[in-house]
Amino acid sequence: MLNPKSVEAESTRPPIGPADQLLNPSETFESVSAKIGGIVLERNHPPFWWISFGIAFLLLMGLLYGITILLAVGVGIWGINIPVAWGFAIVNFVWWIGIGHAGTLISAILLLLLQKWRNSINRLAEAMTLFAVGCAGMFPLLHLGRPWAFYWILPYPNTMGLWPQFRSALVWDVFAVGTYFTVSLVFWYTGLIPDLSTMRDRAKSRFSRIVFGILSLGWRGSAIHWKHYQTVYLILAGLSTPLVLSVHSVVSFDFSTAIVPGWHTTIFPPYFVAGAVYSGFAMVLNLLIPIRHFYRLDDLITPRHLNCMANVMLTTGLMVAYGYIMETFTAWYSGDIFEQYQVINRTIGPYGPIYWALMLFNVLIPQLLWSRRVRTNPVSLFLVALSVNLGMWLERFVIVIVSLHRDFLPSSWGIFAPTGWDWLILFGSLGLFCSLIFLFVRFLPLISIFEVRELIASRTEGAA
Amino acid sequence: MSSTATRLYGLTAQFDSEEKLVEAARMIFASGYRRIDAFSPYPIEGLAEIIGQKRSAAPLIMLIGGITGAVTGYGMELYAMGYFYPLNIGGRPLNSWPLFIPITFELAVLFSALAGMVALLVLNRLPCLYHPLFSVPDFQRASTDQFFLCVESAHPGFDSDHIRELFGRLNAIAITEVRSG
Repeated sequence: MLNPKSVEAESTRPPIGPADQLLNPSETFESVSAKIGGIVLERNHPPFWWISFGIAFLLLMGLLYGITILLAVGVGIWGINIPVAWGFAIVNFVWWIGIGHAGTLISAILLLLLQKWRNSINRLAEAMTLFAVGCAGMFPLLHLGRPWAFYWILPYPNTMGLWPQFRSALVWDVFAVGTYFTVSLVFWYTGLIPDLSTMRDRAKSRFSRIVFGILSLGWRGSAIHWKHYQTVYLILAGLSTPLVLSVHSVVSFDFSTAIVPGWHTTIFPPYFVAGAVYSGFAMVLNLLIPIRHFYRLDDLITPRHLNCMANVMLTTGLMVAYGYIMETFTAWYSGDIFEQYQVINRTIGPYGPIYWALMLFNVLIPQLLWSRRVRTNPVSLFLVALSVNLGMWLERFVIVIVSLHRDFLPSSWGIFAPTGWDWLILFGSLGLFCSLIFLFVRFLPLISIFEVRELIASRTEGAA
Repeated sequence: MSSTATRLYGLTAQFDSEEKLVEAARMIFASGYRRIDAFSPYPIEGLAEIIGQKRSAAPLIMLIGGITGAVTGYGMELYAMGYFYPLNIGGRPLNSWPLFIPITFELAVLFSALAGMVALLVLNRLPCLYHPLFSVPDFQRASTDQFFLCVESAHPGFDSDHIRELFGRLNAIAITEVRSG
């Protein structure tokens, strides 16, 4: 029941800053170009950059070591066995690819919905997408056992006279992830071109002028350039929107087309997509909050941005929670004893504590986001986002491993225990991701300069 | 700059606001000049139409790309699964079209996006690492906070003095003769 008084109180409460609080009102064309371009050109990197990059780079070296041993010895160094043949590799794959989804949601779907708050966060989110999909793509290849033969899954004329089985969801995955990576790259680079020309024009050293000159392809900002540019960019956004929904749906088909109890359910595609956006926004917040703080970008990434992102996280989080409820309900309602046992095993079986940790991190803690103070306070929001990232990883663990370890036949049940190599490669992939993010922050403009200029221009028009 | 060896590319005027640029573009176009272009640090709605640029061909190119991708995807699947290497799995039809849709869709999106990138480069004549306009003083600020208008000498009946006079009436900050050599 809505209390009319509380509705009134809510609507008379001032919003978080007026509409133009998407950036500090004192910002000008010159100041935003100097501020964003300066991060790259003036090289005034805080100690934060060196420390975080150092840690990330060490983890990356751990990853390389882990992969080397994996290639030399084989997948036996992992904890996988029969029945749990899909171990951490697939958990990590699904987790990473989900994280990528927020970037496309921010850059494409929010563009189509005319949400201006995307303008200062889309660039970093798109870079995050690209790097997360890269990390994701690595795992199924490593999991093949003979990664050097990975190209057998691509359709190409070969002397073996073989084709991939196009009716298999695993082959769909190859196409979905490959297309997603390529289209994200095109979208990201297209978005960068005008900013690269700004960097070219502001660069002081000859070397950076040449590099940015080549990368910007000679962009002159002509009205005709902009016209074609905006047309192409808008259609790319339109294409990315169904694409991003298709990618995690296809990933969920890998599970739902199998008959394993806990996998064989029709709720998977929307539930996976909602979870993907959920963890993706959490990762954007985990990256943006420290970067915004240490690079003093509070004028460009304001509490209003944080609030908007927290709202998306809360909404998708509720969808995911609904998914958990429906999974349990469907298991009971189906009357299928294997599905029903699966729910019991999930909650009080050997991996029960992981399921309850998942509920805590993914369902309970994010309810704090109902409070506006939590949504607009960077520290609390960072911690909630961290909890969501952890929770979503646990969700993937529950789906992949807990479903597999006990299926129809008790004599074929088993237990999966991760080895040190599993953990090394998981944290190593985080190192790869963070190294790429920090290199990106150092060498390319991390906020879309021309789109912030558009915001300034629309503000002056509105004032006039 | 040795002006004897170089050719006149056009005349540019510099402005400090979007409104002045739009006004100038309108007036120059109304005076009959057609080979004109405007430069701004962010897209200005309707400016391309003012200087006579009609619809962009990019959507058509992307549509053709998308259709090519879809036909390629479905054709490849049907050829491989139905003709070249037919496998009977549980009696499913060889042309099991619902299972061919995901790859058809993905390839349609992939080809369309790549066609969009190519369209963007071709229609804008990019990459073009050198351009006579880059020698205009302050032109590098066209990517930060300045606005430029250029009338190209390729326009038949290009009258340098007339354009100078028009630019002067429009309160241009600077008027520059651009030469290519």
